[in-house]
Amino acid sequence: MIGDLFSFLTSSIFEGFLTASMRLAIPIMLAAIGGIYNERAGISNIGMEGFMIVGSLTGFVVSYYSGSVWIGILAAIFLGILLGLIMGYFEITLKVNQVVFGISLNLFCVGLTSFLFRIIFGITSNSPRITPLPTIMIPILSKIPVIGPILFQQTALAYITYILVLITAIIMYRSAWGMNIIAAGENPEAAETMGVDVIRTRYYAIIISGVLCSIGGAFLSTASTGLFVQNMTAGRGYIALAILVIGRWDPFGVFIAALLFGAADALQLRTQLFNFDIPYQFLVMLPYILCMVVMIFFSKSSRAPAALGEPYDRGGKKSEI
Amino acid sequence: MFNKADNHNIELEFKKQRRAETLTAAGSSIGAVILALIIGAVIIRLLGVNPFDAYRALIDGAFGTKNSIAETLLRAVPLAITGIGITAAFRASIFNVGAEGQLYLGATSAVCVGLAFPTLHPAILLPLMAIAGMITGALWGGIAVLLKLKFNANEMINTIMMNYIAIYFVSWLVHGPIQQPGSPLGQTAGLSDNAILPIILKQTRLHIGFIITLLMVLLTGFLIYRTVWGYQIRVTGKNMFASQAAGIKVKWVFLSSMLFSGAMAGLAGFFEAAGIQHRMIENISSGYGYTAIVVALLGQLNPFGVLLAAILFGGLQIGASTMETAVGVPASAVTLIQYLIVILFIGRKAFSLIIQQMKKNRKVAA
Repeated sequence: MIGDLFSFLTSSIFEGFLTASMRLAIPIMLAAIGGIYNERAGISNIGMEGFMIVGSLTGFVVSYYSGSVWIGILAAIFLGILLGLIMGYFEITLKVNQVVFGISLNLFCVGLTSFLFRIIFGITSNSPRITPLPTIMIPILSKIPVIGPILFQQTALAYITYILVLITAIIMYRSAWGMNIIAAGENPEAAETMGVDVIRTRYYAIIISGVLCSIGGAFLSTASTGLFVQNMTAGRGYIALAILVIGRWDPFGVFIAALLFGAADALQLRTQLFNFDIPYQFLVMLPYILCMVVMIFFSKSSRAPAALGEPYDRGGKKSEI
Repeated sequence: MFNKADNHNIELEFKKQRRAETLTAAGSSIGAVILALIIGAVIIRLLGVNPFDAYRALIDGAFGTKNSIAETLLRAVPLAITGIGITAAFRASIFNVGAEGQLYLGATSAVCVGLAFPTLHPAILLPLMAIAGMITGALWGGIAVLLKLKFNANEMINTIMMNYIAIYFVSWLVHGPIQQPGSPLGQTAGLSDNAILPIILKQTRLHIGFIITLLMVLLTGFLIYRTVWGYQIRVTGKNMFASQAAGIKVKWVFLSSMLFSGAMAGLAGFFEAAGIQHRMIENISSGYGYTAIVVALLGQLNPFGVLLAAILFGGLQIGASTMETAVGVPASAVTLIQYLIVILFIGRKAFSLIIQQMKKNRKVAA
């Protein structure tokens, strides 16, 4: 009995499922970790979807022409900074409605990437490809049943993601700057009185968020597939917003929640391969349904930063839509 | 305190002020359109095409002939009707991003009714189909608000998730239970003549849905600006707590604005299926539910503004394919210009901010 279980847990099918779970979780995880910064600082980033798709295209195109995935990811980081600045200017300086701007920015970015892809590669039947990042097996650790395939049979970008989760936790809970971020998101007026530059803190937070979302998008094209497809983020930026709620704005909570979604995604992809009698449409729906259901369970008890979505004005004026 | 003449003067002042506000508001929309077209011209130039030739082809394709005008108005129908629905929801600060899914499901159920009663008289069948589409759209949207009220779940995220769910569900339906027998395509059988919307302009595809759209714009304008319900929506959107304190049933305002919004998306789906495709197909909408969001914003969440924005976007979309064949600029350039318009419109405050800064700098220099 226990022997059967062990041989199942170490079978190649199950191990394939486990590695795929993390691979599919990473883009959402990166975006949601970025979301921790801006939402904790009291500013929402509905534009994650758009940031991700721009990151996907940038990472792909630059990798394609430079021949190096890492240069592609560097370019995606640069674009992430730029997008973060733009969003900061709109949401912090101009104080526009953050939901309205985020939704519009997403639509704009999807249009932009489709247009640019068409301009750069034309209409071709065989889509251009790059060699995706290789899997790096961590010696010894990758041999541990279950944990090994999930955590230690991944690409370098995934290992960097783990480190980013840890760094984020240290910044948020152990550093003075993290305290500033949380203060800016909970009570900006009080934070300002205590000498925190709320506006500057929020700008940094949204730029970090832009960078992480963009890397998350770049992961899709440069690490998991090696190609770019129009609209390839397929709502992952919005799922990342839900992951924030489910993970309660906590780096480890986000890690677990994103992994859960990666697992759901991997499960539906694998079930499609096995050709069961379930129409594929119902399988593809699964992650979206799961997102709704889990969010329903967590929304009531999970508390967003108090000043989230409230523009901050030093004069104390409220803005309008 | 004031005598009658004073009162009259104050009223006049108010009217003047309101008119000035409407004018500046309209000005900012138009300014955004012009600026986006200029940026678009630069992009087109970079592609090695003369922007004047490109825009001439665009305008020609959108408004050059009777047929192209009809096609432009036809494209404006789903954008306007979905847009006024989104307007009502956004005004109540309910962020309905789910119009796309609501449209798909509305179209599907309207077509199912049409296929079920193919011999019914059109005067009965068409309204039945419309109602089926509207109810389905409203219910699908309503779920997201119920989840918000009951579980505090974010309606914006949920409506997006429900778009994917609805579109895949419809894909399964048209490849499965309601697929046209013997067809390999994702579509239902064709609707009977009784279930097809009558044409109002000969030799074009312009159908009666356009007239109904105009009526719905009027009706929505009346609802928002002249009824208690509309007042409650506007107040709740501005300040939920104040409106709660004033005794407005905020939950009902949230729910009803979304039901209205979903119903409009469902109606748009019915128009697309019964007016253009004459059946349900897998890709009934090319993102109308999303484009309608920016149409609503550019129209300043005012039903009449939304109609104008919808006709503008309809024209851009129809003209885009002519432009592509005439001068080789990809039609997706126009999609880009559309969304650029809205980004510029949202960021309109930047211009006054920059001017202020320049004035300040000049003062310092002096």
